Amino acid sequence: MPTPIVRIQHDSFDVQTLESLLTCSASCGAVVSFVGRVRDHGDRPDVIGLRLEHYPAMTEKILRSHAQSAFERFEVESIVLIHRIGELLLGEPIVGVAVASAHRQAAFDTAQFLMDFLKFDAPFWKQELTASGQAIWVEQKETDRKRRQQW
Amino acid sequence: MTSTVNILFFARLREKMGAQQLTFEIDTPVSLADLKERLGETHPAFAELRPPIMAAINQDFAPDEAMVQSGDEVAFFPPVTGG
Repeated sequence: MPTPIVRIQHDSFDVQTLESLLTCSASCGAVVSFVGRVRDHGDRPDVIGLRLEHYPAMTEKILRSHAQSAFERFEVESIVLIHRIGELLLGEPIVGVAVASAHRQAAFDTAQFLMDFLKFDAPFWKQELTASGQAIWVEQKETDRKRRQQW
Repeated sequence: MTSTVNILFFARLREKMGAQQLTFEIDTPVSLADLKERLGETHPAFAELRPPIMAAINQDFAPDEAMVQSGDEVAFFPPVTGG
């Protein structure tokens, strides 16, 4: 079974970074990449950025385990997962997934599967940073719990 | 047998506990539910934490009935909000 690439990092990244880490020969006719960015309307209107904390040993273990499940469940050749930690400004990339497969459906499904699982149980915690200097913990969304259950 | 369990706290729980980590002496094996009760007796801040609280033993999610062994790493944290 292929080995997923999982990176937890402070540094920024883009779609090129994600796709350059994919390992697949010409047999992969499909590449699906997703980048989640910090948006300007969180739980509070005056949010200027985010701060992300995580549980390093568990994050890595969970993300690798989900990627392994994806390899067993879908016909995909290569998976790359990047999640950032530390302080992030509005518009910056926060999470990225790239998947390569022979046909597109498996790549789309895998990207969605990985994001739904990551949102539900990967041990990251966000604080919204506001213009007035506050740092407020974000609450888990009910929609994220529901999306995980559909798999 | 009295042994040492390494306990970690994250996010809001870390702030409320005023510590990222503590080592706790307790007879093992012990259920997570009993460990939480003992922790609340010796650390009032723990008893005051509001649910929901998630727990992991050795980096795997664990329910209250899971058993904690000597040398295990136990973590408590709020529901996750990554991505």
